Amino acid sequence: MTAMEREAGSAEGDHAAGRFGIAAKRRGAHDERIAEAGWLTRLLRRPEAGAAGGLIAALVIFAFLPGAKALYSLQGSMTFLTLSAELGIIATAAALLIIAGEFDLSVGSMIGFAGVVIGLTVRELGFPLWGGVLSAFAVAIVVGWFNGLIVVKTRLPSFIVTLASLFILRGLSIGITRTVTGRTQIPYILDGVPDPWTAEIFNGHILGGLFRWMGSQGWIDTRSDGLPFVPGIPMSIVWCIGVAIVAGWILTNTRFGNWIYASGGDADVARNVGVPVARVKILLFIGTACAATLLACIQVMEAGSADTLRGTLKEFEAIIAAVIGGVLLTGGYGTVIGAVLGALIFGFVQMGIFYTGIDTDWFKVFLGAMILIAVLVNNYIRAKALGERTAG
Amino acid sequence: MTEVPAIELKGVSKHFGSVIALRDIDIKVHPGEVHCLLGDNGAGKSTLIKILSGVHRPTHGQILVDGVPVSFRSPRDAAEYGVATVFQDLGMIPLMSISRNFFLGREPLKGIFPFTRFDKEKANTVSRQAMADIGIDIRDPTQAVGTLSGGERQSVAIARAIHFGAKVLILDEPTSALGVHQAAMVLKFVIEARLRGLAVIFISHNIHHAYPVGDVFTLLNRGRRAGTFRKSEITRDEVVAIMSGGEDLKAVEAEIDALLASIHQNEAARPSA
Repeated sequence: MTAMEREAGSAEGDHAAGRFGIAAKRRGAHDERIAEAGWLTRLLRRPEAGAAGGLIAALVIFAFLPGAKALYSLQGSMTFLTLSAELGIIATAAALLIIAGEFDLSVGSMIGFAGVVIGLTVRELGFPLWGGVLSAFAVAIVVGWFNGLIVVKTRLPSFIVTLASLFILRGLSIGITRTVTGRTQIPYILDGVPDPWTAEIFNGHILGGLFRWMGSQGWIDTRSDGLPFVPGIPMSIVWCIGVAIVAGWILTNTRFGNWIYASGGDADVARNVGVPVARVKILLFIGTACAATLLACIQVMEAGSADTLRGTLKEFEAIIAAVIGGVLLTGGYGTVIGAVLGALIFGFVQMGIFYTGIDTDWFKVFLGAMILIAVLVNNYIRAKALGERTAG
Repeated sequence: MTEVPAIELKGVSKHFGSVIALRDIDIKVHPGEVHCLLGDNGAGKSTLIKILSGVHRPTHGQILVDGVPVSFRSPRDAAEYGVATVFQDLGMIPLMSISRNFFLGREPLKGIFPFTRFDKEKANTVSRQAMADIGIDIRDPTQAVGTLSGGERQSVAIARAIHFGAKVLILDEPTSALGVHQAAMVLKFVIEARLRGLAVIFISHNIHHAYPVGDVFTLLNRGRRAGTFRKSEITRDEVVAIMSGGEDLKAVEAEIDALLASIHQNEAARPSA
């Protein structure tokens, strides 16, 4: 009697094997052909493993370059973290949508359009700021719903459908703004509004007291008037963390999250077992449009103006951040943490190149190389996750 | 048999435009019985399974579950009536874990709104237990389904159907893509399901897999029912003969013989170097 047979004898459901004289090949808790996966292997199998490694590598490499001191200072860090946070907001929403198997190329145009909606409703219609913000979100919900509806009803590739939205929204932004104001920018949005506190929600800082105290203790750099250079943690970072926590929780811990993975993994299978795939996708399209609008709010409150060209190419940055973070372009696989790490790499390297005095033209070269490497690494990690024997 | 069939088709036909894929099919499947649907390619097996599982609606005829006429709007709807289908392409999502696949569309929840969440611990323990119940021990319910072998994936799908209270289990070519050992493993689960009192419909074109586990055989040929036989009434060879349309096969054999003979002649005629 071999060890395997003995093991089989003790296993549950043994009666069937006894009756039919068939022992399942893989009966028993342990198959001698399967090597135990160690914690390191398990860690490397995480979708965001590549991005985490990439971020650490970038942090180390830039530390040896000239200008690293400014980059790693509190001010420098806050600058790249803000940049990453703004990207992280849309990258998170884009990641959920990509995991569900669709793209939204209209994110960048939606940023511009939402800004225009805020600007026009506040400046031209005399809305309070909060009214402008709510209007922008209402428009975003309609745009996202429309994108999603067309994609699920026609079954056309979302790439094409949202490419159309990209141009329509950008054209509408410029057309409407020029018709109403005669210009392509809407300045002085924050001047004389009844609710300046609304701007604080998107462009303020938290922990201001702590930073002032640290300044008074001489721990962080202060200006000549004694106030610290960095007045606190910008709200964009707070929003990004909030969005990432909520999105990450939904994706991994809720039924809806299970449906997101299933919709992107195999929509037909998901539909067969009763997953409302159309509803999942439409909601996620609304999610990306709303994330774009949140970013638009932050930018409008920061600049005090809306620009019809704002957000140009942001859709690609969002997708790139998600892909660098290990989200599979074909859907069904990825994490929110990955997308946030992707945004961090993006922001860090962009600022790093600026601070270290490397010609910023090279950022695009880096970006292209990064995408290629990320996609290759993703493919490899996915093959590992599936334990594909052929993919090596 | 006098008891009510678990599922019954009465005069079911299916037309796709001018193509009549199925014509006048009558099938009764009783609880605790394995009913094999056999037929060559194009016999109408796939269409029939899609009608049984709720993907297509019949053009004519009726489906009865426990003697009650029903109309399935979707595979999910059919599953609500206790008719569960394990599709040939397995109905599983390779990149998702076993337990997530197991509970897909029927996720156990815990917590109070708005913090209602997917009960992963329960999903893991229940899916592991359900698999153990039919005699497979999975190493780790959180591993991706894509890491499982074809036979293991089939068994997850079967365990899922049994766990969610299927009365009728439809298996679409469950062994066609599998090796000998894995096919044997799946056949074992078919018998296991029958012993639990499920009515099993087993679709196959492989008589060597179907014959050992089947109780009743319905043969399909070009969209028609070519006969229904109990196991005692028919031998394996007879089934093969009817399935392939007997004479057809003889004609093919004769052609091959003629071809071989001519090749042989040519070789004999050629002077050896």
